[in-house]
Amino acid sequence: MGFYFVQFLTGLASASALFLVASGLSIIFGVTRIVNFAHGAFYMLGAYIAFTLTERLSGAFGFWGGILIAALAVAVIGVIVEMLLLRRIYSSPELFQLLATFGLTLMVEDLVVLIWGPDDLLGRRAPGFRGAVEMFGQNVPSYDLFMIVLGPVVLGILWLLFHRTRWGILVRAATQDRDMVAALGVNQKWLFTSVFGAGVFLAALGGALQIPRDAVHHALDLRIIVEVFVVVVIGGLGSITGAFVAAVLVAELNAFGILILPKVSIVLVFLVMAVVLIVRPYGLFGKPEAVARKTPGLSVRPWAPFTRNERIACLVGVALAALLPLVAGNYALTVGAEIAIFVIFAASLHFLMSVGGLASFGHAAYFGLGAYGVAFLAKLAGLPMILCLALGPLLGLAGAAIFGFFAVQLSGVYFAMLTLAFAQIVWSIAFQWVPVTGGDNGILGIWPEQWAAGPARFYWLSLGIAVAVVSILRIIVFSPFGYALRGTRDSLLRSESIGIDAKRIQWTAFVIAGTAAGIGGSLFAYLKGSVFPDNIGIGLSVDALVMVLLGGVETVSGAVIGAIVFKALSIWLVSQTDWSKLILGGVIVLIVVAFPKGIVGMIETWRHSWRARSDAPSAKPAGLAASQPEGAE
Amino acid sequence: MKRRDLLIGASLFGASFAVALAGSVTAALAQAEIKIGEINSYSALPAFTEPYRKGWQLAVEEINAAGGVNGKKIVVISKDDGGKPADALTAANELVEKEKVAMLAGTFLSNIGLAVSDFANQKKVFFLAAEPLTDAITWSKGNRYTFRLRPSNYMQAAMLVDEAAKLPAKRWASIAPNYEYGQSAVGVFKKLLMAKRPDIEWVDEQWPPLGKIDAGPVVQATAAAKPDAILNVMFGADLVKLVREGNTRGTFKDRAVVSFLTGEPEYLDPLKEETPEGWIVTGYPWNDIKIPEHDKFLKAYQAKYNDYPRLGSIVGYQTIKAAAAILAKAGSEDTDKMIAAAEGITMPSPFGEITFRKIDHQSTLGAFVGKTTQKDGKGVMVGNTYRNGKDYLPSDAEVSTLRPKE
Repeated sequence: MGFYFVQFLTGLASASALFLVASGLSIIFGVTRIVNFAHGAFYMLGAYIAFTLTERLSGAFGFWGGILIAALAVAVIGVIVEMLLLRRIYSSPELFQLLATFGLTLMVEDLVVLIWGPDDLLGRRAPGFRGAVEMFGQNVPSYDLFMIVLGPVVLGILWLLFHRTRWGILVRAATQDRDMVAALGVNQKWLFTSVFGAGVFLAALGGALQIPRDAVHHALDLRIIVEVFVVVVIGGLGSITGAFVAAVLVAELNAFGILILPKVSIVLVFLVMAVVLIVRPYGLFGKPEAVARKTPGLSVRPWAPFTRNERIACLVGVALAALLPLVAGNYALTVGAEIAIFVIFAASLHFLMSVGGLASFGHAAYFGLGAYGVAFLAKLAGLPMILCLALGPLLGLAGAAIFGFFAVQLSGVYFAMLTLAFAQIVWSIAFQWVPVTGGDNGILGIWPEQWAAGPARFYWLSLGIAVAVVSILRIIVFSPFGYALRGTRDSLLRSESIGIDAKRIQWTAFVIAGTAAGIGGSLFAYLKGSVFPDNIGIGLSVDALVMVLLGGVETVSGAVIGAIVFKALSIWLVSQTDWSKLILGGVIVLIVVAFPKGIVGMIETWRHSWRARSDAPSAKPAGLAASQPEGAE
Repeated sequence: MKRRDLLIGASLFGASFAVALAGSVTAALAQAEIKIGEINSYSALPAFTEPYRKGWQLAVEEINAAGGVNGKKIVVISKDDGGKPADALTAANELVEKEKVAMLAGTFLSNIGLAVSDFANQKKVFFLAAEPLTDAITWSKGNRYTFRLRPSNYMQAAMLVDEAAKLPAKRWASIAPNYEYGQSAVGVFKKLLMAKRPDIEWVDEQWPPLGKIDAGPVVQATAAAKPDAILNVMFGADLVKLVREGNTRGTFKDRAVVSFLTGEPEYLDPLKEETPEGWIVTGYPWNDIKIPEHDKFLKAYQAKYNDYPRLGSIVGYQTIKAAAAILAKAGSEDTDKMIAAAEGITMPSPFGEITFRKIDHQSTLGAFVGKTTQKDGKGVMVGNTYRNGKDYLPSDAEVSTLRPKE
């Protein structure tokens, strides 16, 4: 009995640590709608700075003072980031801030190694909380007890702050309806900045308080960021109490789960999230998101199929790409094939995101399923390559059909997080089912047959399939189905009222996108000759998101350019320097500032404003039609 | 529009030709050097790879100062794989297709080692795996082109089992990271220990995810099973958390602990005053080694970097030394000749003479086994003995059944 009580207490201590970080993320998202990918980076910075300060300052005051100063210092960094970077892009398409914070995260990961060195650092134990307290014959670390108390205390302080101060009332109002708050004359700029600073403070405090228990190292951020998102979503976005309950739920399930299934930790949080979201689509304590007043998506210019000139330009581009083997070496061709495959992958996600308005955080699941499909068919069934390529993506299709059915019942960030949960479940199966999937050692020896072997042939194959997939996706966009899908994106209620079966349309789109991703994955398996759980991992899903956002989410095919730019840049940087994350992150941040609608999005804006100027004197009817807002309310 | 695209196209062609030309010029200049392509997880695992890089840089310097190999200078072209197998393959492809390296070397993670080894098999390129520990790379997925330097999982388990079998402990529990390395380390250790000690039983196993241990509940659950001894395979930051939590809760008191890799400076040094007492570990006690070759290496390393070597330094140093020895014996950069030369080659190393076995391409480099203790607030290994790798491998008859037939 005593053991179970102590195990429960241990779980509570883990919950408090998780809650501190999650609460910060929750209030940032609630008010600013920023999916703050850099939250983990701020957590890590908090730990590093606290390490330095607590090593320098002496005594009990030095330790606790150091922790507090570290959290404040990182909060100041957060405020600077918000003012210099995020303020510029609040009006950008949804999720664009994710791209900026992703760039920052990459930079911080390299910067901490540059500043603090590559070794794991061991911080001091907390003065007054070094030892353990005996309970029921078991030792409970006193620092655990401190954390157990701290969690509810922070929750209480936040509650008072939100219910008893004017600032808190404004924050709650903005969480509920930020347009109304703005309309009532509240200075949103400073509200956002202060909320962001407060959220970052909590993240850094959470990181700093880990130094008596953990080692400080450069991968701390990735370890926490996903888990924290999960906690926030299980609790319900914007609900601090929800985050607390969710943290306790997740930590206790883990503490007791490992007693029965020691391997469960790897997937537990995602299983919990999937179950919670399927049963309660807005998390435990969340409310349905208020209907946005602004029309989502591109409302200024309607999408149009390519004009004749544009079509010719595309054909010329493709023809030039097809001529690459005449001039390029084997290495360049293999990179070319890889880029073509990522064009397929990014285009498939782009279809779901921009046409369907459904941003998936777990799109790699279907890419990876396609790759594993090929691996199974080639290695276990011994089928010829052409059949593997044709049938492999079906595994992606099947996965998308099953998971998509549940996912499209939700919307917005909840949809995104459910897709992430499914992807992680698939990933953990690939990782854990060693006899079939080979676990993390993967499946090796999936090389192309003679007809597709050789860099030039494989490049042509990949390019051909990429052109076909992108063309088909474009055709679908401008088909009746595509219009219906855009209808569900722009106004779910109206599209349903005119008889569109929205969920069915969205589900179909999900399956189309999943299958297309599976096609990319199938090719990828042959390109690399091997398949690993990495092909399903969060990293790949994030890469796809970045490519789409970089290209421009409000365009028809921006992801094509986004994929080419991102993939070429990252392959080149990784090859040229060991600090590729620092430079790549920096470039992404610069692109975010220079192209707040994505690269293609900005180019189109410039082209249209230039055309509008040159068309203005003649004022043709066609020009008028083009400036008519498509989805204006 | 069309004209502009044509223009872009033309300039693209021009640029490509210029690149191709530049490439052939460098190729002409490169006659007097041998290129070795090296891949490792520099950005993902800097704590290991920074000393590793210093190690191989020292080796390159020594080799070239002594006149190079076959009258040519050694040049190492090093690439980062970011800890991802797919990126490692991109790098391997660049090294082979663009840089035209004579051989590939390096890698840390097992899955990356396997991916590159399969690539080497496909492209018929020589690959000297430096660090990956998985048994598969020389056995179940072994191939003609791949050789491995470090003592494998099996060998390290066998070294530890020697000591573990002497313990009176009957009830054992394991804590290992939930991925291939952890699983096979526990698997081999169990098998070998049970063969020597049929009287023991395994009472608990914990499998926290790599890099994400929630140490409190794990330690608590292990203690609840009341084991006499614990087998630990956690390393890095996970190890720090585990040790801190276990120290506070008194989990390791009056219990024997046998631990993989914990004596390597990369993992032992961060523990500082938390270093547990009396764990039986494999590792690298750099300041307690009385081998003349090691003295020479240590002096040269400290003189060049003003820092002490980690195990990664040894691995990096010996990888390039081994590559040079193989190239010298082959007298050529031809892959088949290098394979013939490498099979059974004997060479000096900081740990004494080592051999790359013909039967499975595994080197006989060994490791040190000792016990952890604290000295001046730092973790050290005491009572160290060097275990020669050749004594900890299965019989040739068994090994030949493990490798796929060619």
